[in-house]
Amino acid sequence: MKALAARRHHRAAPVVLLLLALLVTGGVYAVLAPSPATADTASTADIETGKKLFQANCATCHGPNAEGTSQAPSLVGVGAAAVDFQVSTGRMPMQMNGPQAQQKPRQMDEEQTAALAAYVASLGPGPAIPTDEQVDPALGDSSNGALLFRTNCAMCHNAVGAGGALSEGKWAPALWDVSERNIYQAMVTGPQSMPVFNDANITPEEKRDIIAFLVEQREGSAGGMALGALGPVSEGLWAWVVGIGLIIGAAVWIGAKSS
Amino acid sequence: MSTIHSAAQPTTPIGKTADYLDQRTKVGVLTKQLVRKVFPDHWSFMLGEIALWSFVVLILSGFFLTMFFEPSMALTHYHGEGPASMQGQLMSVAFASTVDMSFEVRGGLLMRQIHHWSALVFMAGIVVHMMRVFFTGAFRKPRELNYLVGVTMMILGLGAGFTGYSLPDDVLSGNGLRITDGVVKSIPIIGSYMSYFIFGGEFPGEHIIPRLFTLHILVIPALLLALIGLHLFLMVLNKHTQYPGGGRTDRNVVGYPAVPAFATKMGGNFFIVFGVLALMGGTMAINNVWNYGPFDPSPVSAGAQPDWYMLFLEGSLRLMPGQGTEWVIGGYTLSLNVLIPAVVVPGLLFTFLFVYPFLEAKVTGDHREHHVLDRPRNVPVRTGLGVAFLAAFVILALAGSNDLIATHFALSINTITWVFRVLIFVGPVFAFWITKRICLGLQRKDRELVLHGHETGRIVRFANGEYIEVHRPLDEHDRWLRVNYEAHKPLEIAPAMDARGVRRKGYMVDRQWQRVSRFFFEDRVEPVTPAELAAAHAHGGHDELEAERGTPELVSGSGNVEREH
Amino acid sequence: MSENVNPNPSQDVTASRHGAHDTITHPERFADPGVPEHTTRLADRDPQAAKRAERAIVLLFTLSILGTIGTLVAYFAFRPDGTTEGVRLSNLLLGVGLAVSLLGIGIAAVHWAKTLMSSHEHVEERHESRSSDEVRTVVAQGFADGLADSGLARRGVLKGAVVSALALFPLTIAVPLVSSVGGEWNVGKFRHTLWKNGTRLAYDPSGRLIKAADLTAGSVAHVIPDVSEEMRESHEWITEKSKAVVLLVRLNPQDLKADQSPEGETWSYDGIVAYSKICTHVGCPVALYEQQTHHLLCPCHQSTFDVADGAKVVFGPANRPLPQLPITVDDEGYLVAQADFAEPIGPSYWERLK
Repeated sequence: MKALAARRHHRAAPVVLLLLALLVTGGVYAVLAPSPATADTASTADIETGKKLFQANCATCHGPNAEGTSQAPSLVGVGAAAVDFQVSTGRMPMQMNGPQAQQKPRQMDEEQTAALAAYVASLGPGPAIPTDEQVDPALGDSSNGALLFRTNCAMCHNAVGAGGALSEGKWAPALWDVSERNIYQAMVTGPQSMPVFNDANITPEEKRDIIAFLVEQREGSAGGMALGALGPVSEGLWAWVVGIGLIIGAAVWIGAKSS
Repeated sequence: MSTIHSAAQPTTPIGKTADYLDQRTKVGVLTKQLVRKVFPDHWSFMLGEIALWSFVVLILSGFFLTMFFEPSMALTHYHGEGPASMQGQLMSVAFASTVDMSFEVRGGLLMRQIHHWSALVFMAGIVVHMMRVFFTGAFRKPRELNYLVGVTMMILGLGAGFTGYSLPDDVLSGNGLRITDGVVKSIPIIGSYMSYFIFGGEFPGEHIIPRLFTLHILVIPALLLALIGLHLFLMVLNKHTQYPGGGRTDRNVVGYPAVPAFATKMGGNFFIVFGVLALMGGTMAINNVWNYGPFDPSPVSAGAQPDWYMLFLEGSLRLMPGQGTEWVIGGYTLSLNVLIPAVVVPGLLFTFLFVYPFLEAKVTGDHREHHVLDRPRNVPVRTGLGVAFLAAFVILALAGSNDLIATHFALSINTITWVFRVLIFVGPVFAFWITKRICLGLQRKDRELVLHGHETGRIVRFANGEYIEVHRPLDEHDRWLRVNYEAHKPLEIAPAMDARGVRRKGYMVDRQWQRVSRFFFEDRVEPVTPAELAAAHAHGGHDELEAERGTPELVSGSGNVEREH
Repeated sequence: MSENVNPNPSQDVTASRHGAHDTITHPERFADPGVPEHTTRLADRDPQAAKRAERAIVLLFTLSILGTIGTLVAYFAFRPDGTTEGVRLSNLLLGVGLAVSLLGIGIAAVHWAKTLMSSHEHVEERHESRSSDEVRTVVAQGFADGLADSGLARRGVLKGAVVSALALFPLTIAVPLVSSVGGEWNVGKFRHTLWKNGTRLAYDPSGRLIKAADLTAGSVAHVIPDVSEEMRESHEWITEKSKAVVLLVRLNPQDLKADQSPEGETWSYDGIVAYSKICTHVGCPVALYEQQTHHLLCPCHQSTFDVADGAKVVFGPANRPLPQLPITVDDEGYLVAQADFAEPIGPSYWERLK
């Protein structure tokens, strides 16, 4: 302690202190901050591979440097999350023009997707791919999730995520089979028609609550077959087909003469 | 029982009870009428029973639900056995008690689901019963009043469904109430006050659920019960109609006595209807309100629709284009974009149902009693109008489901809406035209059958080389079914001038009615008369029966077989 | 009533075939062939078949009894454990048990009636629906006598008094009812919402305040006025929220073609616009925002509004644009309202513009 006390008036002391403070802050941040997995571990080699993949598969529409063309938006600043969402759900690369990009079998494996994501993330800061903890439904509060989902999401995706129609042939997809990671990414990046729900609007914890609510819905309905969870129209259809169908069938049997 | 006074004192307990009752009420006379009352048997006569028995199921399951439901809009934080996604949420007591009766009361969820499925089947039963009554002309004299009772019950059924649907105070039904509020506000002059009248203040306020509850469990069921009583009383009083056939006339009723076979079938049908509804309640989820969440004015979910019987209104609202249909007159706003689809369209549909029997009586000029039903083909314009009505109803209901059609068939919702906007005008007209054509075609086919019999597929070659197909004539019952109807002719009216050349008052009105009557009966196919049949036989040579028995292969060309012309 | 009576014994006109068919005169209509002959059933002819039917019926009733027992067993044995799965199983067992119990009775009864009870058709006479002339005369006379006795026809003042009294008395119930049923009847409330100058915008449902910087382009926020947590748990709030909910959208400023601000005022802030969420058609919350087209779609009736162009209607049954909430930013960077909406929000009503 004496030595330290003696040297605190050293000329270099402020610099050393500053360096120490920076080191501590950085360390704490590294421990506490949500670790954007891909971005963190992305090596220059990944970015290079990603760039090649980009130029081969995406540049036709998004431009050679992802700056965007008249056909497709710029990808500068969309972040790794957007790439991972679009590519891992098979929406990108797009195969044909339509009202909106469709979900289809993915065309790039996980490594390729990660490389592509690393490349796009290197073009400008954007939302990172969430960690497993950020999307773990077991850690979420489904009741709060229900509240948030109802206000922010249900008008397009239906009350329990069965999907719904938008204008001009577009639609909000059903969320039954969407992975937790993709749900999170869709919220932060706002793919296609979907608006962006950034962390100020719906905090990361709240996003996890929403995921918890959606995962809970996958248990189905307590009342029996959920009939698509589409509401009164499908219920009415079943009332006619099954209910009235069976009962009129019985009436025909009652009215028929016994042989 | 009529022998109670003269016979020895009854000895059995049943006999003693009957004696006790009859000595005080003369119930024997009434029962005598009912016990041996004859009811015609046909599956389509059981369609009304579907509605009746589902109503009974509604009352039974509804009673169960009232034991646990609390129609209160007081707010509470939910903590119960319901789903995790409900815990701690702020909701009305009405919503909380709905969740509780589903998750805490064992069998409660089953009763809720049976109740809701019964409501859907009740309305469907009413619709198919009305279709039977309409298409067979069962609404004709003397049953016009009973028909009006029926249409009134259908509208009460809509009211019962709507008020019940809104009780759990969830987001979906809350938005339904909000739409109702919007529609009510569009009514000229009194709209705003009507809204206050319904909600006891501004939407949604704190009164609507208790008010709807009283309507749903007291006022509407009481009216329905009274009208069901009247409906059945009039049915028994007028005796049931019967389908045409041998021995069935307007002066008799052919069927089976109420006791035992008919009553047993009717009772059995109750258990079958209830059984099917229980099966649905046990296996198919319906209106899981915890999916929608407690009412909050901000959210709404995709697929926001009413139950199927209100879908036509929803569709009508969706189809109406909004541009240029809201007028401001002297500073006052007239919202035709809401009034036309939500008030005028249902008004027209219901008015058609209410006035049709009287319209038809007017254009036929027929004031006789009818107890034998029409075959739908024999009244082509009526059948056509009925199908056109159904087409309009179905198109509107589909328009009310346009978002689900869009997602399920990968179509654009805007395109679907435009298609339905055209179809709602073209569809019913086309449906009318094609139905009328089909009816006339079937009638011609009937004539053909009566005149020439069935084709047997047996080809016969005559000695002179001519080929003919043997036709088998109808037996007398099949023939009777096809000739026993009346093809109404358009009204004939008195001339414009009376004998002294003075213009007759009311001539113009009569002429309008004659026009309508022409629309109904200008195209018609008359039933075959005995003379025509005889002529056909003469034309075809000798009669066909002998052809069946004889050996036509051997006879000459003008032989005993009906010719294929 | 009699069994199998043919009101008109068969008089088949085609009997003419036995004579010279062109000489006889034909009746105008065919004759009714009468009720078809009664056909017997298998169980009527074969005692074995009848026995079989009886056994089937007994079996069905037994099945129903088993269904009832099964339901009760399911009720006591399968106590739902609070999970969706458990409730579903309990519901299924109870429902199927009840259905078996009911369908067993129903099918048994109908089968019994169809196979074993008499199938002989009966014919019952109908009588005209109207009452006879004699009865009518008696009734008419009764009323005429009654009217004469009461003297209503002669005593005009009395008649007027009776009619007036009867017509007026319902007012004793109607007036208190009508005056109370609509609350305070203050329809002027439709015009105002909780928003006023300086009210901060908050996220629905969390109530967190919103800074302009929090919103990224392409984002949408469902917004309520900033009120106390206590207020947000009251009934008054639900009614006020019904009018006050707002949709906040941030566009790239160059995409914003127009908003509703009048000359000399700015109602939006740096590409952020706030529009009432209550549809001008019939009042559904309009909330489906498509960020690429800037269209706002109502899920109830598909009215579509263009947020980039003053929320004008581009499709559907609505006629008017959604009213805009004028917003700005306060000293601390929070979004605040400049004033209440300039016009009544929600569906049109008669005196809306008065």
